[in-house]
Amino acid sequence: MKRKISTDSLLFLLPIFLFLALWEISGHIAQTPLFPPFSKVVMEFWNLLSKGILLKSLGASLSRVMVGYLLGILAGLFVGILMGLNRVVERSLSPLISMLFPIPTLGWLPLLMLWIGINEALPVTLIFICAFFPVAYNTLTGIKGVNGEYIKAARTLGASTWYTLWHVIIPMASPSIFTGLRLEAGMVWRTVIAAEMFAISTGIGSLLINAETLIRVDIILVCLILLSLMCSSFERIFIWLEHRTTGAWR
Amino acid sequence: MPFIRLYNITTPYCLKNVNLHIRDNELMVIMGFTGAGKSTLLNVIAGLTEYHGEVNFDQKNMNDTPTERRDVGYLLQDIYLFPHLNTFNNIAFGLRAASCPPDKITKKVESILNLLHIGHLKKRYPKDLSGGEKRRVGLARSLVMEPKILLLDEPLASLDPATARNIRREIKALHRRLNLTTLYVTHDFNEAREMADRIVVMINGELKQLGSVQDIFNQPSMAIREFIAAAN
Repeated sequence: MKRKISTDSLLFLLPIFLFLALWEISGHIAQTPLFPPFSKVVMEFWNLLSKGILLKSLGASLSRVMVGYLLGILAGLFVGILMGLNRVVERSLSPLISMLFPIPTLGWLPLLMLWIGINEALPVTLIFICAFFPVAYNTLTGIKGVNGEYIKAARTLGASTWYTLWHVIIPMASPSIFTGLRLEAGMVWRTVIAAEMFAISTGIGSLLINAETLIRVDIILVCLILLSLMCSSFERIFIWLEHRTTGAWR
Repeated sequence: MPFIRLYNITTPYCLKNVNLHIRDNELMVIMGFTGAGKSTLLNVIAGLTEYHGEVNFDQKNMNDTPTERRDVGYLLQDIYLFPHLNTFNNIAFGLRAASCPPDKITKKVESILNLLHIGHLKKRYPKDLSGGEKRRVGLARSLVMEPKILLLDEPLASLDPATARNIRREIKALHRRLNLTTLYVTHDFNEAREMADRIVVMINGELKQLGSVQDIFNQPSMAIREFIAAAN
């Protein structure tokens, strides 16, 4: 077992080490600011961190992501549950959601810039849209997928409609709900970066676009590495939550 | 004194003017082909389907009483244990829904686990239970609510003969011990013979004959003779 784990770790880490080594060597050979070696990027990372620039930018992006994502999840869950439980609401909202869901989130940017203006509400609204549709859709799918016989069983055991909703329907729909949450966990970061690059003067996206103007490839790479870490961390948080919630019974 | 009285029960596409009285503490077996209306009859008693007519429990009209307040234990044909709850929590489900205090829940669940000899299963999830274990847990989940009426829809379907025999004995013992009025749906003649106080045979949504085990098997009506011959 231990040997299997160490082999798996080696297979995971080895390509990363090889990639970083190749990057380092190539960077030293190229000798151009357009392709800095990995060590230069690490140094710039510490430099930005010690000056507080990195944390300030990350904090701005993170707070936007958290607010927009949380609001999007809550609204998506609410609408998805309502549609899943009530046929009239489902029939009324389905055409609207089918029409709006396929629009790429960034497609809303020009319209929202005109409607909302360039302020904090813009990226939050974009992230809200990014999270809302998939969460609503997956919640609806999950609830519709719960076999009605389980609801009958709950009723024969004396459960009220609300008790059945919270203790049978939503837990049984949770795998589908988590799929929606997990799929969008990385996407909301891509969305906030795009919004900050185009329209907002703070955050990681803004740092990226400023670095591009100053031809600071090392800062661009720091931002990209940080983004990769944030996207995968967010996805992993939801994978962990999903496993904690549904792992024992699925 | 009949405990359950059904008057002129009719459902869309299935039951046709069914009248039936089930005595207090009686174990009545309902037999019939697939589609005869056996499960629908149980659903009517549980309030799970729309019907015309009148359902009385202990001389009280239950037509306007929703399922959750009919005080009926119902073991559905495919059991439907909640997959996200382990055995303990599946059995405790109804007690929690009724806001029972936690210490009382633990006591009642432990007691029913012991009664059905399934204490060793209490932390297992439905996916890790065999067919027979699932039926025992389903039975425990219904019985822990201490219902006056127990509805069993083919409780031994698709079980191996030895497990079916054991569960059959347990149901019979529980029925006597807990003074339940029980309706038991089956296709199996031996099961019906062993379990029933009385048997009712249904064909195409109608009650064709009602009587003791001897009446049904020794003096069957023409329709029942055809049913028995077809089943054999």
